[in-house]
Amino acid sequence: MTLLPFVLLLVGAMLAYAVNHRAAASLRSGGARLHSSPQYHGLFAALTVLTSALLLALVWLALDDVIIDHLIRRSLPPPDGDAASAGAMDLVMAEIHSLARGQTFGTPEPWKQKAADRLTAFRTGSAVALLVSLTCLSIGVLTLRRRRFTPELRARQGSERLTHAVMFACCAVALLTTAGIVAALLFETAKFLQKVPLSEFLFGLNWEPQIPIREDQVAASGAFGWTPVLVGTLVVTVVALVVAVPTGLFAAIYLNEFAHRRFKRVAKPVLEVLAGVPTVVYGFFAILVISPAMRRLGDALGLDVAPNSALAAGLVMGVMLIPFITSFADDALSAVPQALRDGALALGSTRAETMLKVLFPAALPGIVGGVLLAVSRAIGETMIVVMAAGLIARLTLNPLDSVTTVTVQIVTLLIGDTAFDNPKTLAAFALGTMLFLVTLMINILAIRVVQKYRETYD
Amino acid sequence: MLDSMAPAPDMRATAAPRAPKIDARGVNVHYGETQALHDVSIAIPDRSVTAFIGPSGCGKSTFLRCFNRMNDTIPSCRVSGGITLEGEDIFDPRIDPVQLRARVGMVFQKPNPFSKSIFDNVAYGPRIHGLAQGRDELADIVETALRKAALWDEVKDRLTAPGTGLSGGQQQRLCIARAIATRPEVLLMDEPCSALDPIATAQIEELIAELSSRFSIVIVTHSMQQAARVSHRTAFFHLGHMVELGDTDAVFTNPRDPRTEAYITGRIG
Amino acid sequence: MTPQLTTLDRVQASLGRRRRKERLLRASGLLAILFAFAMLGALFLSLISTGHSAFVQTHATLEVYVDPDEIREDRLPRGGFDEVLVAALGRALDGVALDERSTRRRVGAILSNGAQFQLRDRVAADPSLIGQTITLTVPVSDPYDQLNKGAIDPDTPEANRRLDDDQIAMFTQLQAAGLISTPLNWGLLVNADSRFPELAGLKGALIGSAWALIVCFLISFPLGIGAAIYLEELAPRNRFSTLIEVNINNLAAVPSVVYGLLALSVFIGWFGLPRSAPLVGGMTLALMTMPTIIIATRAALKAVPASIREAALGLGASRQQVVFGHVLPLAMPGILTGTIIGLAQALGETAPLLLIGMNAFITSAPDGPLSSATALPTQIFIWADSPERGFASRTSAAILVLLGFLITMNAVAVFLRNKLERKW
Repeated sequence: MTLLPFVLLLVGAMLAYAVNHRAAASLRSGGARLHSSPQYHGLFAALTVLTSALLLALVWLALDDVIIDHLIRRSLPPPDGDAASAGAMDLVMAEIHSLARGQTFGTPEPWKQKAADRLTAFRTGSAVALLVSLTCLSIGVLTLRRRRFTPELRARQGSERLTHAVMFACCAVALLTTAGIVAALLFETAKFLQKVPLSEFLFGLNWEPQIPIREDQVAASGAFGWTPVLVGTLVVTVVALVVAVPTGLFAAIYLNEFAHRRFKRVAKPVLEVLAGVPTVVYGFFAILVISPAMRRLGDALGLDVAPNSALAAGLVMGVMLIPFITSFADDALSAVPQALRDGALALGSTRAETMLKVLFPAALPGIVGGVLLAVSRAIGETMIVVMAAGLIARLTLNPLDSVTTVTVQIVTLLIGDTAFDNPKTLAAFALGTMLFLVTLMINILAIRVVQKYRETYD
Repeated sequence: MLDSMAPAPDMRATAAPRAPKIDARGVNVHYGETQALHDVSIAIPDRSVTAFIGPSGCGKSTFLRCFNRMNDTIPSCRVSGGITLEGEDIFDPRIDPVQLRARVGMVFQKPNPFSKSIFDNVAYGPRIHGLAQGRDELADIVETALRKAALWDEVKDRLTAPGTGLSGGQQQRLCIARAIATRPEVLLMDEPCSALDPIATAQIEELIAELSSRFSIVIVTHSMQQAARVSHRTAFFHLGHMVELGDTDAVFTNPRDPRTEAYITGRIG
Repeated sequence: MTPQLTTLDRVQASLGRRRRKERLLRASGLLAILFAFAMLGALFLSLISTGHSAFVQTHATLEVYVDPDEIREDRLPRGGFDEVLVAALGRALDGVALDERSTRRRVGAILSNGAQFQLRDRVAADPSLIGQTITLTVPVSDPYDQLNKGAIDPDTPEANRRLDDDQIAMFTQLQAAGLISTPLNWGLLVNADSRFPELAGLKGALIGSAWALIVCFLISFPLGIGAAIYLEELAPRNRFSTLIEVNINNLAAVPSVVYGLLALSVFIGWFGLPRSAPLVGGMTLALMTMPTIIIATRAALKAVPASIREAALGLGASRQQVVFGHVLPLAMPGILTGTIIGLAQALGETAPLLLIGMNAFITSAPDGPLSSATALPTQIFIWADSPERGFASRTSAAILVLLGFLITMNAVAVFLRNKLERKW
């Protein structure tokens, strides 16, 4: 049903192509000189129909649910008393929606059933209206194109202008994505900050969002201080980097300088496999193998290791980052000109000296850029910590303890119910804003460093 | 002082016959299936300048890179035949290429200073080989090398500036200073002036003349004028063969092989 | 002493130390790579050793008398199907009296909860079976499945295992009678999710992932190519195009969970699209995949030599005719390779799908991009969270299925790169 409008606009476009192509071709066979060849006349018509109809369909589909929802809400009897919050309203709407889908639990009140019927009617009406207006629009545009058709029409230029605009719109989607992220995060965070003061959020030492909070208690309780969550994130990130950076760099040095070509041909794809493993798999690996192993190791050494220690999560995250750092460092080392390597060798350097004293320092900016990107990944990595790290925010620097991270809190706060007025839900967006800001700064820094490095040796 | 800056005597007069510094016999070089050098034999005398000339792709650079075993770094390259340095076979498994390259320095076509300071560039060799006992000795070695390379006066006030910030000619002289700081016995120069302007070229050529009183220098060049100006002996390479070898004057004024004649009169290029 | 001799001696003296250092560096590098390999090996070994048992499923084959007293045609599809099955089991087990309700329940628990539905469906499809004896092969429940696969050791103390001695004796009797078989577990692929591990399968997740990937491809592929062509071939070099470039590079590095927040707030909150729908999942993944496709497409366009562009321009073709007629077809293999790799990444992406609710417990396969569904990675997450032992091996098995898809996709990408891409 959703696909029907798109099928319709494809048919309209093809029809437009055929009509104008035929018109142009028959003119030409009649001996007239055309400015553009017939297929451009066809293409121009098809593109005009396609873009205008697509625009209409997308706007319609984006807005119709919002409008229908609004209409249904307005038509409902006013809720008993003003105390009924938007949450209760949402609940009623959800019930009506499931009624409309034909899922009945018990006997619904008649007014709900009526609302559900109206919802169904509106939806059908909207779908039919969309199809009708699409058809009308297509025919209208097509007639216009057909009437404007003259031998002198610069159809190629016209269609190229349209294509240009369409491709520019594609670029704009990338910008809109960023704008959407920023808008969504800031909008919800602003709502959060109305309930919890900023200083509380930034400097508070307690993070206990799971505790049910009475309306009057929210600001006073101070349960939304992100410090322990931040510290937990840093602990896991540091563990991951301690594993990944030396391992990744040594591996890159070996591959770049010492490995036989045949070894390299095998090793690089294997490392790529390690990089291609989804993070949910690493998370399962952490709880299945690494966490128990860490506990046993801790027992053997007489240390108390928590079942979901930062160490286990960080270690697995480090393994995930190894191929990332290796390939970045290998690329940076390979970008150092052969002349420097030759120069060092000709002075009588061993290969280790060539690597450590000449190539590595020369490649350092590129390597630093890669490590920065790895830091940003570690901070933003979600599934490994969701599965292997803890849920309780504890202010500790001990990697053997269980800690929680920003991403873990975002996911756990948003799994389950998501009413948008709940401080719990909004807190997730506030954490998301912080996460986005921090990673954005690191990413831009890293991209800058890497670009500068590439320019030096290009 | 090691660098008694005595004016260089007329270089042709110093080319007295001595036991050869480097003696190469029947050297063949293959890159994979293709043979780049066919059965080349040459004796390089001490304290003199030998020039290798020939059209590009003739094997002269390949031959030069045999003397310090730089061809070892190219996986597909195979070298056969014998080369001795002071009577020692350089392909002997007991010879460490690291040690060989400390004795046989090299300067490349394009200046390749490391991304370090001027001082650290020159100090690189002495440091890795442990040639200096203390900081003062190291500073001495660096100063001596820079003076010999005729760069000292230009850079003595900015030794901590990056070597890559110098001009092309200065960079090449820095590379020469870097190469002679380890006090090698032989200096190989692979078209050292091809990336330089005429003024810088003249400076380098002057430097070569001075250095030849202390080192045995082998220079590859595509410029016949340069070979004629700086070298005592000249070898002409063509399609992987050494066609002619002799005193520079003789090769240029009275070539024995028709190919040499064709080349120096500009008919092969 | 000449300086040359000093040099030689000092170099000689330093050699041993320097060569040792070189060996140390080399060994560290090799060790680092071997550590990475060992981790990869441990990952796969642990997955295979826990997951392989989920690719087979223990079944019991029973002679079932479809008792007309319990199952009456006029009441179908209701009836005492479980009673009929318990009776069939009772006939197969000697010395087990079925008088007591508790005994009947214990015997009935040998079979999976799904067994009665299997019988019901068969009888409902053919009511003439009532009163006959039919042969029925049904899955056994999770503890007995584990026992049969050796995951429950009868030698451990009775209190420490999920089956007591009597239960093990019953099962051994069935085994001795040749009624127990362990065929390939097609249910893993053709069943939807279930509370019972022996019935749970990936059908819903596979279809959900397929819908999400289709949506993702339909959106990100044209948008990505369009944006890349604009940036690489048509855009004027100015501050705006630099802004877009930095923006795209940054989008590629934004944490995936942030995309989940975007989808939750915009697609679900503002546009009112349904939660848990593969359509929303696909749209989210499309936004994440777009930067990958743009970057790959730009690299492929860049690799097409300028001479081809110049030749076509010289013949009087317009800028766009050159791009669509000559450059784009030549760049297509590279673009496809990048797209497949991007889609493979999208297939493994979990966090944003969790935020938009694709981790719901849904026992039927989705019938379209708008109905609630899970995806492969979120299904793995759900199962990994389930306490039943049978789900541990099913999680590993599901991961192996997911990795199988990923490896296939990447292999196709490598094949395309090697076979079709031209080196200039």
